[in-house]
Amino acid sequence: MTKIADNVNPDVYDKGSEREVTTNERNEDIVDEFDQREVFDLIRNINDPEHPLTLEELRVVEEKNILVDNDKNVVNVYFTPTIPHCSMATLIGLSIRVQLLRALPSRFKVTVEVSEGTHVSEHAVNKQLADKERVAAALENNNLVQIINQCVVNS
Amino acid sequence: MAKLELLQSISGHKGIVWNVSWHPLGKIFASCGEDKIIKLWGKEGEAWSMKTVLVDGHQRTIREVAWSPCGNFLASASFDGTTAVWDKKSGQFECNATLEGHENEVKSVAWSPSGQLLATCGRDKSVWVWEVAGEDEYVCEAVLNAHNQDVKKVAWHPSSDLLASASYDNTVKIYKEDQMDSDWTCIATLQSHESTVWSLAFDKSGKRLATCSDDRTVKIWQEYGPDNQEGVNVEDRESIWKCVCTLSGYHTRCIYDITWCTTTGLIATACGDDIIRVFKEADDSDPSAPTFDLIYTKLDAHSQDVNCVKWNPLGNQELASCSDNGEIKIWKFTEQ
Repeated sequence: MTKIADNVNPDVYDKGSEREVTTNERNEDIVDEFDQREVFDLIRNINDPEHPLTLEELRVVEEKNILVDNDKNVVNVYFTPTIPHCSMATLIGLSIRVQLLRALPSRFKVTVEVSEGTHVSEHAVNKQLADKERVAAALENNNLVQIINQCVVNS
Repeated sequence: MAKLELLQSISGHKGIVWNVSWHPLGKIFASCGEDKIIKLWGKEGEAWSMKTVLVDGHQRTIREVAWSPCGNFLASASFDGTTAVWDKKSGQFECNATLEGHENEVKSVAWSPSGQLLATCGRDKSVWVWEVAGEDEYVCEAVLNAHNQDVKKVAWHPSSDLLASASYDNTVKIYKEDQMDSDWTCIATLQSHESTVWSLAFDKSGKRLATCSDDRTVKIWQEYGPDNQEGVNVEDRESIWKCVCTLSGYHTRCIYDITWCTTTGLIATACGDDIIRVFKEADDSDPSAPTFDLIYTKLDAHSQDVNCVKWNPLGNQELASCSDNGEIKIWKFTEQ
């Protein structure tokens, strides 16, 4: 199947630096809570479904658009499609959600949404990504799981 | 002080447990989930233990199980697009009928109070009514396409063949068979929720319906017939359903399930914030604008989302619940 990408010439940005590991983090006696940067590291290397680029390089995900509340066990990720009519938005959101479901402890309630005002079907995409029954059903679809696994392979 | 005491915690399934269903006599319950199997649990002495495992009925997640009113049949709805009916005429439980017709995921199944009808619904936006046509034979009576998004749940009125369905399109629809031409039609659309309606439960009389939603509210709807004393204008319709109470500000995430006890009148909810809540109608509640009080909150009822809650039909205030992490819990509610 050949399909021309929705956005054939997206803006590409430099990758950020690697996280610096502090001495406190090496100290086993200090509780090391999840932070924005850690969640960002889990999703920055997810591949875009259409381009040989990561979500970080396309600025689909950014550290500043991640919210972590350890006390309330909440992780919210807002992602920004490169163009407002991107047909891959749901797939990208699903990849982020799957990666976080696999990587984060189950105590976290993970919400993945389109950044406000960045997609024409923002509400519909968000509703679909929030519906755990639909997500569960989608993850029983082998073809879809293969595509998602290709996206998250380097994460 | 009211309390919800944990009687037993059961490691029930591998992965998500989507649903639990009490046998009408309340001595057995069935559970199902992501692992594609159904388990039947019975009480031995004080403890619940697994009696039977039903395998090979479905290829994908089993979303809901439902006992027939006579207690001899168990129906299971699956993401594989089929609904299976199990019985133990041969001495052990076997799948003796498979209902095919939905295009994809079947999300709910329910028996009518007479046991003569079955309703199913699914992602293909349709609600199907099946008639029991003979031994192991089921024929489709109607395909109802009233919703414009996937249909999450179906439930029958407790004493008549009135069917209700809840949907991703934020509405609830009510259906009835026209006695003249035996056509099933949607007779009411209940519109007020602002997001997906996940589940619904009638009260004992069937005059009220409780619905729960992703909008984090519970709504109580009341039926008004043509000659209602409240003077509600029904026009030329059989009856209308009005939202008479909205419980908001209690739940902090999506509410996945609701159960209305036919003995005590208590309502319990299953929420994505891991909490089970119990509501009771106030003593001085106005019948046409009822008030319900939150009388109990069980924090961390499960360590993940609570997917389902069911009162034991015996009216003994036992409550079954299940969660994403494979857990099933049996609780005892007491109100002093």
